[in-house]
Amino acid sequence: MADTAGATTEAAETASADPRYQALDATMKRRQYRHDALIEVLHDAQGIFGYLTTDVLTFVGRQLQLPPSHVYGVATFYHFFSLEPPAEHTCEVCLGTACYAKGASALLAEVEREAGIAAGDTTADGKLTLKVSRCPGACGMAPLVVYDEVAAGHETAESTLRRVKGWLG
Amino acid sequence: MAVVTLTINDHLVSAEDHQTLLDAAKAADAPLPTLCQLDGVSDVAACRLCLVEIDGSPKLQPACMTPVAEGLSVRTDTQRLRDYRRMIVELLFAERNHVCAVCVLNGHCELQDLAIEVGIDHVRYEYLHPHVGVDVSHAQFGIDDNRCVLCTRCVRVCEEVEGAATRDVMGRGTNCRIISDLNVPWGQADSCTSCGKCVMACPTGALFTQGATTAEMEKDRSKLSYIVRAREEHQWVR
Repeated sequence: MADTAGATTEAAETASADPRYQALDATMKRRQYRHDALIEVLHDAQGIFGYLTTDVLTFVGRQLQLPPSHVYGVATFYHFFSLEPPAEHTCEVCLGTACYAKGASALLAEVEREAGIAAGDTTADGKLTLKVSRCPGACGMAPLVVYDEVAAGHETAESTLRRVKGWLG
Repeated sequence: MAVVTLTINDHLVSAEDHQTLLDAAKAADAPLPTLCQLDGVSDVAACRLCLVEIDGSPKLQPACMTPVAEGLSVRTDTQRLRDYRRMIVELLFAERNHVCAVCVLNGHCELQDLAIEVGIDHVRYEYLHPHVGVDVSHAQFGIDDNRCVLCTRCVRVCEEVEGAATRDVMGRGTNCRIISDLNVPWGQADSCTSCGKCVMACPTGALFTQGATTAEMEKDRSKLSYIVRAREEHQWVR
Protein backbone atom coordinates (compact mmCIF):
# COMPACT_ATOMS: atom_id res chain seq x y z
CA MET A 1 0.00 0.00 0.00
CA ALA A 2 1.19 3.50 -0.84
CA ASP A 3 -0.19 4.50 2.53
CA THR A 4 2.51 2.67 4.48
CA ALA A 5 5.39 4.80 3.25
CA GLY A 6 3.35 7.93 3.98
CA ALA A 7 2.57 6.72 7.49
CA THR A 8 6.24 6.02 8.22
CA THR A 9 7.29 9.46 6.99
CA GLU A 10 4.54 11.03 9.06
CA ALA A 11 5.70 9.13 12.12
CA ALA A 12 9.27 10.20 11.48
CA GLU A 13 8.17 13.82 11.11
CA THR A 14 6.27 13.70 14.39
CA ALA A 15 9.40 12.31 16.00
CA SER A 16 11.62 15.06 14.69
CA ALA A 17 9.26 17.87 15.75
CA ASP A 18 8.58 16.97 19.38
CA PRO A 19 11.40 16.18 21.83
CA ARG A 20 9.14 13.76 23.69
CA TYR A 21 8.61 11.71 20.55
CA GLN A 22 12.34 11.85 19.94
CA ALA A 23 12.94 10.41 23.40
CA LEU A 24 10.33 7.72 22.77
CA ASP A 25 11.83 6.87 19.40
CA ALA A 26 15.26 6.64 21.04
CA THR A 27 14.01 4.02 23.52
CA MET A 28 12.52 2.01 20.67
CA LYS A 29 15.72 2.28 18.67
CA ARG A 30 17.66 1.06 21.70
CA ARG A 31 15.48 -2.05 21.57
CA GLN A 32 16.00 -2.43 17.82
CA TYR A 33 12.27 -1.75 17.20
CA ARG A 34 11.51 -5.31 18.26
CA HIS A 35 7.86 -6.36 18.34
CA ASP A 36 8.27 -8.07 21.69
CA ALA A 37 9.58 -4.90 23.34
CA LEU A 38 6.08 -3.42 23.22
CA ILE A 39 5.42 -3.53 26.96
CA GLU A 40 8.77 -1.92 27.82
CA VAL A 41 8.23 0.74 25.17
CA LEU A 42 4.74 1.55 26.46
CA HIS A 43 6.24 1.75 29.95
CA ASP A 44 8.76 4.32 28.73
CA ALA A 45 6.08 6.16 26.74
CA GLN A 46 3.97 6.55 29.86
CA GLY A 47 7.02 7.83 31.72
CA ILE A 48 7.67 10.42 29.01
CA PHE A 49 4.09 11.56 28.32
CA GLY A 50 2.43 10.87 31.68
CA TYR A 51 -0.22 8.78 29.98
CA LEU A 52 -0.81 7.07 26.65
CA THR A 53 -2.59 9.18 24.08
CA THR A 54 -4.03 7.82 20.85
CA ASP A 55 -1.20 9.54 18.97
CA VAL A 56 1.42 7.88 21.16
CA LEU A 57 -0.16 4.43 20.66
CA THR A 58 -0.32 5.01 16.91
CA PHE A 59 3.29 6.15 16.85
CA VAL A 60 4.48 3.12 18.84
CA GLY A 61 2.48 0.78 16.60
CA ARG A 62 3.98 2.25 13.45
CA GLN A 63 7.54 2.24 14.69
CA LEU A 64 7.36 -1.31 16.03
CA GLN A 65 5.35 -2.40 12.98
CA LEU A 66 2.49 -3.73 15.06
CA PRO A 67 -1.23 -3.40 14.31
CA PRO A 68 -2.90 -0.60 16.32
CA SER A 69 -5.48 -3.04 17.71
CA HIS A 70 -2.69 -5.11 19.25
CA VAL A 71 -1.03 -2.06 20.85
CA TYR A 72 -4.36 -0.93 22.26
CA GLY A 73 -5.10 -4.43 23.56
CA VAL A 74 -1.83 -4.57 25.47
CA ALA A 75 -2.17 -0.99 26.77
CA THR A 76 -5.62 -1.73 28.22
CA PHE A 77 -4.73 -5.16 29.62
CA TYR A 78 -2.28 -3.88 32.22
CA HIS A 79 -3.48 -1.74 35.11
CA PHE A 80 -0.26 0.23 35.07
CA PHE A 81 -1.00 1.85 31.73
CA SER A 82 -3.36 4.80 31.68
CA LEU A 83 -5.12 6.18 28.63
CA GLU A 84 -6.47 9.13 30.60
CA PRO A 85 -4.48 12.19 31.69
CA PRO A 86 -3.39 11.73 35.30
CA ALA A 87 -5.06 13.79 38.03
CA GLU A 88 -3.06 16.13 40.23
CA HIS A 89 -3.07 13.55 43.02
CA THR A 90 -3.68 9.83 43.27
CA CYS A 91 -5.02 7.87 46.20
CA GLU A 92 -4.59 4.14 45.84
CA VAL A 93 -6.30 1.89 48.36
CA CYS A 94 -4.98 -1.64 48.63
CA LEU A 95 -7.69 -4.29 48.61
CA GLY A 96 -5.35 -7.23 48.99
CA THR A 97 -6.24 -9.96 51.45
CA ALA A 98 -4.48 -8.49 54.50
CA CYS A 99 -5.72 -4.94 53.88
CA TYR A 100 -9.20 -6.21 53.14
CA ALA A 101 -9.27 -8.12 56.42
CA LYS A 102 -8.20 -4.91 58.18
CA GLY A 103 -11.19 -3.01 56.79
CA ALA A 104 -9.85 -1.48 53.58
CA SER A 105 -13.19 -1.79 51.82
CA ALA A 106 -14.98 0.35 54.43
CA LEU A 107 -12.15 2.87 54.17
CA LEU A 108 -12.52 2.92 50.39
CA ALA A 109 -16.27 3.45 50.67
CA GLU A 110 -15.64 6.50 52.88
CA VAL A 111 -13.24 8.01 50.35
CA GLU A 112 -15.62 7.29 47.49
CA ARG A 113 -18.40 9.05 49.37
CA GLU A 114 -16.20 12.04 50.23
CA ALA A 115 -14.83 12.50 46.70
CA GLY A 116 -18.10 11.61 45.02
CA ILE A 117 -16.43 9.21 42.60
CA ALA A 118 -16.13 5.45 42.29
CA ALA A 119 -12.81 3.63 42.51
CA GLY A 120 -10.96 3.91 39.21
CA ASP A 121 -12.41 7.33 38.41
CA THR A 122 -11.05 10.87 38.48
CA THR A 123 -12.90 13.84 39.94
CA ALA A 124 -14.37 16.25 37.38
CA ASP A 125 -11.92 19.01 38.39
CA GLY A 126 -8.97 16.66 37.77
CA LYS A 127 -7.74 16.95 41.37
CA LEU A 128 -7.90 13.32 42.44
CA THR A 129 -7.80 9.87 40.93
CA LEU A 130 -9.02 7.13 43.25
CA LYS A 131 -7.58 3.72 42.52
CA VAL A 132 -7.59 0.30 44.06
CA SER A 133 -4.68 -2.09 43.94
CA ARG A 134 -3.94 -5.68 44.79
CA CYS A 135 -1.15 -5.88 47.29
CA PRO A 136 1.85 -3.63 46.71
CA GLY A 137 3.62 -6.02 49.08
CA ALA A 138 3.60 -4.37 52.49
CA CYS A 139 0.97 -6.45 54.29
CA GLY A 140 2.52 -5.70 57.68
CA MET A 141 1.31 -2.12 57.24
CA ALA A 142 -2.29 -3.10 56.47
CA PRO A 143 -4.52 -1.34 55.68
CA LEU A 144 -2.26 0.34 53.17
CA VAL A 145 -3.00 3.46 51.14
CA VAL A 146 -0.59 4.86 48.56
CA TYR A 147 -0.76 8.66 48.25
CA ASP A 148 0.98 10.00 45.13
CA GLU A 149 3.17 6.89 45.01
CA VAL A 150 4.17 7.15 48.69
CA ALA A 151 2.86 4.32 50.82
CA ALA A 152 1.23 5.01 54.18
CA GLY A 153 0.45 2.18 56.59
CA HIS A 154 -2.10 1.50 59.31
CA GLU A 155 -4.53 3.94 57.71
CA THR A 156 -7.96 4.67 59.11
CA ALA A 157 -10.96 6.25 57.43
CA GLU A 158 -10.18 9.45 59.38
CA SER A 159 -6.52 9.70 58.36
CA THR A 160 -7.33 8.93 54.74
CA LEU A 161 -10.16 11.45 54.61
CA ARG A 162 -7.88 14.11 56.09
CA ARG A 163 -5.37 13.66 53.25
CA VAL A 164 -8.02 13.48 50.56
CA LYS A 165 -9.96 16.48 51.85
CA GLY A 166 -6.78 18.56 51.71
CA TRP A 167 -6.38 17.71 48.05
CA LEU A 168 -9.99 18.21 47.12
CA GLY A 169 -9.83 21.72 48.62
CA MET B 1 4.78 -39.46 8.68
CA ALA B 2 4.46 -41.99 11.46
CA VAL B 3 1.25 -43.53 12.66
CA VAL B 4 0.54 -43.89 16.36
CA THR B 5 -2.02 -46.00 18.13
CA LEU B 6 -4.01 -44.73 21.08
CA THR B 7 -7.16 -45.57 22.96
CA ILE B 8 -10.19 -43.29 22.87
CA ASN B 9 -13.06 -44.34 25.12
CA ASP B 10 -11.72 -47.91 25.27
CA HIS B 11 -11.50 -48.20 21.47
CA LEU B 12 -8.15 -48.55 19.75
CA VAL B 13 -7.65 -45.92 17.08
CA SER B 14 -4.73 -44.95 14.90
CA ALA B 15 -3.76 -41.42 13.99
CA GLU B 16 -0.96 -39.61 12.24
CA ASP B 17 1.58 -38.21 14.67
CA HIS B 18 1.03 -34.57 13.68
CA GLN B 19 -2.66 -34.75 14.56
CA THR B 20 -4.24 -33.50 17.74
CA LEU B 21 -6.52 -35.43 20.07
CA LEU B 22 -9.39 -33.39 18.67
CA ASP B 23 -8.73 -34.69 15.14
CA ALA B 24 -8.30 -38.24 16.43
CA ALA B 25 -11.52 -38.09 18.46
CA LYS B 26 -13.40 -36.79 15.44
CA ALA B 27 -12.04 -39.59 13.27
CA ALA B 28 -12.90 -42.11 15.98
CA ASP B 29 -16.51 -40.99 15.91
CA ALA B 30 -16.29 -39.42 19.36
CA PRO B 31 -16.53 -35.74 18.38
CA LEU B 32 -15.89 -33.18 21.09
CA PRO B 33 -17.74 -29.91 21.61
CA THR B 34 -15.68 -26.90 20.51
CA LEU B 35 -16.19 -23.18 20.36
CA CYS B 36 -12.94 -21.27 19.89
CA GLN B 37 -11.58 -23.84 17.43
CA LEU B 38 -12.02 -22.92 13.78
CA ASP B 39 -10.63 -24.75 10.77
CA GLY B 40 -8.09 -22.59 8.99
CA VAL B 41 -6.89 -20.49 11.95
CA SER B 42 -4.54 -21.24 14.84
CA ASP B 43 -5.81 -22.91 18.00
CA VAL B 44 -5.77 -21.07 21.32
CA ALA B 45 -7.47 -23.57 23.66
CA ALA B 46 -9.45 -20.71 25.20
CA CYS B 47 -12.96 -22.11 25.52
CA ARG B 48 -11.95 -25.31 27.39
CA LEU B 49 -14.92 -27.21 25.96
CA CYS B 50 -12.77 -29.88 24.32
CA LEU B 51 -11.07 -30.85 27.60
CA VAL B 52 -10.45 -34.58 27.86
CA GLU B 53 -9.25 -36.95 30.54
CA ILE B 54 -5.98 -38.71 29.92
CA ASP B 55 -5.38 -41.82 32.02
CA GLY B 56 -2.53 -41.37 34.46
CA SER B 57 -2.80 -37.57 34.53
CA PRO B 58 -4.91 -35.72 37.08
CA LYS B 59 -5.08 -32.68 34.81
CA LEU B 60 -7.62 -32.27 32.04
CA GLN B 61 -6.09 -31.40 28.69
CA PRO B 62 -7.58 -29.39 25.81
CA ALA B 63 -7.85 -31.84 22.92
CA CYS B 64 -7.33 -29.13 20.28
CA MET B 65 -3.80 -28.42 21.55
CA THR B 66 -2.73 -31.86 22.73
CA PRO B 67 -0.84 -33.92 20.15
CA VAL B 68 -1.60 -37.63 19.85
CA ALA B 69 0.98 -39.99 21.30
CA GLU B 70 1.59 -43.69 21.22
CA GLY B 71 -0.29 -45.58 23.92
CA LEU B 72 -2.37 -42.67 25.24
CA SER B 73 -5.65 -43.62 26.79
CA VAL B 74 -8.17 -40.82 26.46
CA ARG B 75 -11.71 -40.40 27.72
CA THR B 76 -13.94 -37.82 26.08
CA ASP B 77 -17.30 -38.27 27.74
CA THR B 78 -17.11 -38.86 31.48
CA GLN B 79 -19.49 -37.37 34.03
CA ARG B 80 -16.76 -35.03 35.24
CA LEU B 81 -16.23 -33.66 31.72
CA ARG B 82 -19.95 -33.35 31.09
CA ASP B 83 -20.33 -31.34 34.31
CA TYR B 84 -17.51 -28.98 33.37
CA ARG B 85 -18.78 -28.49 29.84
CA ARG B 86 -22.20 -27.57 31.07
CA MET B 87 -20.70 -25.20 33.61
CA ILE B 88 -18.59 -23.50 30.93
CA VAL B 89 -21.56 -22.93 28.62
CA GLU B 90 -23.70 -21.67 31.50
CA LEU B 91 -20.98 -19.19 32.45
CA LEU B 92 -20.82 -17.99 28.84
CA PHE B 93 -24.53 -17.30 28.95
CA ALA B 94 -24.31 -15.54 32.31
CA GLU B 95 -21.48 -13.27 31.17
CA ARG B 96 -23.34 -11.32 28.45
CA ASN B 97 -26.91 -10.68 27.34
CA HIS B 98 -27.83 -13.61 25.14
CA VAL B 99 -31.43 -13.41 24.04
CA CYS B 100 -31.96 -16.04 21.35
CA ALA B 101 -35.51 -14.94 20.57
CA VAL B 102 -34.36 -11.65 19.05
CA CYS B 103 -31.02 -12.80 17.63
CA VAL B 104 -30.19 -12.84 13.92
CA LEU B 105 -28.56 -16.23 14.33
CA ASN B 106 -31.37 -17.95 16.22
CA GLY B 107 -31.45 -21.54 15.00
CA HIS B 108 -27.99 -21.41 13.41
CA CYS B 109 -25.95 -20.40 16.42
CA GLU B 110 -23.05 -22.47 17.71
CA LEU B 111 -23.59 -21.30 21.27
CA GLN B 112 -27.24 -22.29 21.10
CA ASP B 113 -26.32 -25.67 19.63
CA LEU B 114 -23.77 -26.18 22.39
CA ALA B 115 -26.32 -25.37 25.05
CA ILE B 116 -28.62 -28.00 23.61
CA GLU B 117 -25.76 -30.49 23.28
CA VAL B 118 -24.63 -30.15 26.89
CA GLY B 119 -28.22 -30.21 28.11
CA ILE B 120 -28.78 -26.74 29.52
CA ASP B 121 -32.36 -26.08 30.57
CA HIS B 122 -31.50 -23.23 32.92
CA VAL B 123 -28.47 -21.29 34.09
CA ARG B 124 -27.43 -21.77 37.72
CA TYR B 125 -25.38 -18.59 37.89
CA GLU B 126 -26.42 -15.02 38.34
CA TYR B 127 -26.42 -13.09 35.07
CA LEU B 128 -24.00 -10.17 34.97
CA HIS B 129 -26.21 -8.14 32.60
CA PRO B 130 -23.31 -5.92 31.54
CA HIS B 131 -23.98 -2.64 29.76
CA VAL B 132 -22.32 -3.24 26.43
CA GLY B 133 -22.95 -1.61 23.14
CA VAL B 134 -23.80 -2.35 19.54
CA ASP B 135 -21.58 -0.86 16.85
CA VAL B 136 -23.25 -0.47 13.45
CA SER B 137 -20.93 2.22 12.14
CA HIS B 138 -19.68 -0.11 9.41
CA ALA B 139 -21.57 0.15 6.11
CA GLN B 140 -22.29 -3.59 5.75
CA PHE B 141 -21.70 -5.26 9.11
CA GLY B 142 -22.33 -4.74 12.77
CA ILE B 143 -20.94 -6.00 16.09
CA ASP B 144 -23.16 -6.63 19.08
CA ASP B 145 -21.08 -7.15 22.21
CA ASN B 146 -24.13 -8.47 24.03
CA ARG B 147 -23.81 -11.69 22.04
CA CYS B 148 -20.02 -11.98 22.07
CA VAL B 149 -18.39 -14.94 23.83
CA LEU B 150 -14.82 -13.67 23.31
CA CYS B 151 -13.76 -16.81 21.44
CA THR B 152 -11.36 -14.54 19.45
CA ARG B 153 -12.10 -16.33 16.19
CA CYS B 154 -12.63 -12.92 14.53
CA VAL B 155 -9.31 -11.70 15.92
CA ARG B 156 -7.44 -14.69 14.55
CA VAL B 157 -9.19 -14.83 11.20
CA CYS B 158 -8.54 -11.11 10.63
CA GLU B 159 -4.86 -11.45 11.39
CA GLU B 160 -4.10 -14.88 9.97
CA VAL B 161 -6.38 -15.21 6.95
CA GLU B 162 -7.10 -11.64 5.87
CA GLY B 163 -3.83 -10.25 7.24
CA ALA B 164 -5.35 -6.94 8.32
CA ALA B 165 -5.24 -7.42 12.13
CA THR B 166 -8.02 -4.89 12.56
CA ARG B 167 -9.36 -6.74 15.57
CA ASP B 168 -8.00 -7.48 18.98
CA VAL B 169 -9.21 -7.84 22.54
CA MET B 170 -8.98 -4.91 24.96
CA GLY B 171 -9.18 -4.90 28.73
CA ARG B 172 -9.24 -7.95 30.96
CA GLY B 173 -11.71 -10.14 32.77
CA THR B 174 -15.34 -9.14 32.42
CA ASN B 175 -14.23 -5.83 30.89
CA CYS B 176 -12.80 -7.54 27.80
CA ARG B 177 -14.17 -6.27 24.51
CA ILE B 178 -13.46 -6.96 20.88
CA ILE B 179 -12.11 -3.77 19.33
CA SER B 180 -11.31 -2.41 15.88
CA ASP B 181 -7.96 -0.62 15.55
CA LEU B 182 -7.46 1.79 18.49
CA ASN B 183 -10.95 1.10 19.83
CA VAL B 184 -12.53 3.26 17.15
CA PRO B 185 -16.01 2.63 15.72
CA TRP B 186 -15.75 -0.18 13.19
CA GLY B 187 -16.72 2.11 10.31
CA GLN B 188 -13.72 4.32 11.06
CA ALA B 189 -11.16 1.53 11.28
CA ASP B 190 -8.69 2.28 8.48
CA SER B 191 -7.18 -1.19 8.42
CA CYS B 192 -10.52 -2.98 7.90
CA THR B 193 -10.89 -4.30 4.36
CA SER B 194 -14.61 -5.06 4.79
CA CYS B 195 -13.93 -8.64 3.71
CA GLY B 196 -16.49 -10.09 6.11
CA LYS B 197 -14.31 -12.99 7.25
CA CYS B 198 -14.83 -12.10 10.90
CA VAL B 199 -18.58 -12.21 10.37
CA MET B 200 -18.27 -15.67 8.81
CA ALA B 201 -16.03 -16.87 11.62
CA CYS B 202 -18.20 -15.66 14.51
CA PRO B 203 -20.02 -18.55 16.23
CA THR B 204 -22.83 -16.36 17.56
CA GLY B 205 -24.81 -13.38 16.31
CA ALA B 206 -22.22 -10.96 17.71
CA LEU B 207 -20.93 -10.19 14.22
CA PHE B 208 -23.74 -9.86 11.75
CA THR B 209 -24.67 -8.53 8.34
CA GLN B 210 -26.75 -5.41 8.57
CA GLY B 211 -30.31 -5.80 7.45
CA ALA B 212 -30.58 -9.38 8.65
CA THR B 213 -33.51 -9.94 10.95
CA THR B 214 -34.28 -12.49 13.65
CA ALA B 215 -33.15 -16.03 12.81
CA GLU B 216 -32.37 -14.96 9.26
CA MET B 217 -28.60 -15.29 9.20
CA GLU B 218 -26.50 -18.33 8.48
CA LYS B 219 -22.74 -18.35 8.52
CA ASP B 220 -20.65 -20.03 5.89
CA ARG B 221 -17.50 -21.25 7.62
CA SER B 222 -16.50 -23.60 4.82
CA LYS B 223 -15.56 -20.50 2.85
CA LEU B 224 -12.78 -19.80 5.32
CA SER B 225 -11.28 -23.28 5.12
CA TYR B 226 -11.65 -23.00 1.34
CA ILE B 227 -9.53 -19.85 1.30
CA VAL B 228 -6.91 -21.34 3.60
CA ARG B 229 -6.72 -24.57 1.63
CA ALA B 230 -6.43 -22.63 -1.62
CA ARG B 231 -3.62 -20.54 -0.21
CA GLU B 232 -1.63 -23.27 1.50
CA GLU B 233 -2.25 -26.33 -0.63
CA HIS B 234 -3.23 -24.68 -3.91
CA GLN B 235 -6.48 -26.60 -4.02
CA TRP B 236 -9.56 -24.72 -5.06
CA VAL B 237 -12.21 -27.23 -4.09
CA ARG B 238 -15.37 -26.70 -2.09
